[in-house]
Amino acid sequence: MHELTVCRALIGQVEAVARAHGARTVTRIELRVGPLSGVVPELLREAFALARAGTVAEGAELRLVEVPLEVECESCGTRGPAAAPNRLLCPACGGWRTRLVSGDELLLVRVALAGITPAEEGAHV
Amino acid sequence: MCESCGCNVTSGNAHLVEADGPLARTADGSTAVEVLEGLLAANDRAAAHNRAHLARHGVVAVNLMSAPGSGKTALLEATIEALAGELAIAVIEGDLATERDATRIRARGVPAVQIATGSACHLDAHLVHEALHRLDLEGLDLLFIENVGNLVCPAGFDLGQHRSVVLLSATEGDDKPAKYPVMFRAADLVLLSKADLIPVLDDFDPAAAERHLRALASGAPVWPVSARTGEGMERWLGWLRALVRG
Repeated sequence: MHELTVCRALIGQVEAVARAHGARTVTRIELRVGPLSGVVPELLREAFALARAGTVAEGAELRLVEVPLEVECESCGTRGPAAAPNRLLCPACGGWRTRLVSGDELLLVRVALAGITPAEEGAHV
Repeated sequence: MCESCGCNVTSGNAHLVEADGPLARTADGSTAVEVLEGLLAANDRAAAHNRAHLARHGVVAVNLMSAPGSGKTALLEATIEALAGELAIAVIEGDLATERDATRIRARGVPAVQIATGSACHLDAHLVHEALHRLDLEGLDLLFIENVGNLVCPAGFDLGQHRSVVLLSATEGDDKPAKYPVMFRAADLVLLSKADLIPVLDDFDPAAAERHLRALASGAPVWPVSARTGEGMERWLGWLRALVRG
């Protein structure tokens, strides 16, 4: 169960963004998560509830955008959806020599901040 | 321009604060900041640092991963014995609680640093970084990092290794790559360990294991190996020698 480790890293990143913008609170965190990221969205939500306690993200909403599996075939060049995380074959020719185009993302996309202090003051904090 | 709140925006910077721009205002009045950074970015930076540190000393690192009890330590023991006097080897051992594996490695005359991860189910680049500073890298050729026995969590964490090797023991079942795609996709080489048992296990088919791996779009070699009988050891050792020679 490494979702908690991942969430602690996430909180660290979010705190840095909030600090850089002089924000008092984080209202929303948006992540992009792929089926091959190694992270289970439900477990990530549970871990997030623990990891955010006492941080700037205490009241933040976690928005998870699940991205689809997509491959590009090195044999026939087709780009399209893969059947499953353990079936990454070309949707056209069925070959296994494919490259993953999307599906292993574990990305912090966007953070919504509130209670921002103007930069001139924030810079001295 | 004030980057914090998006005030005083010039027309040239308007795209920054428009919907979905890096500093867009959201409906509830808060400011949205685009980050687009991997969640494990801090780990990945530490891993890159480890790789550079190893490269400066001319050391090649191999991350050894598998389920618990697949024979990682036994393979290391046989490998160390076979390469004694040829390659200078050291081992970083990841384990939840004990020093047992490190003790086994030291008994073979090779330096071993134990990382006791406590309740953590995987090694990360920071833990390996600390371990590297407890090792004398001078004159070393090959560093094995024996990860915590676990087919899930270690897959996500780059340690700064040059190659990842995943062991799949004959007693585990040939469908493991289909069950743990993230781990097996990370493998540069898959070793079917305890291969001496394959003839007596009629439900373990090496060809099926390879088929399941190919379905993950992985071209990694799948080689049987037995630390007990020595079967397949020469090919594995040749792979290591070629890796060290670069």
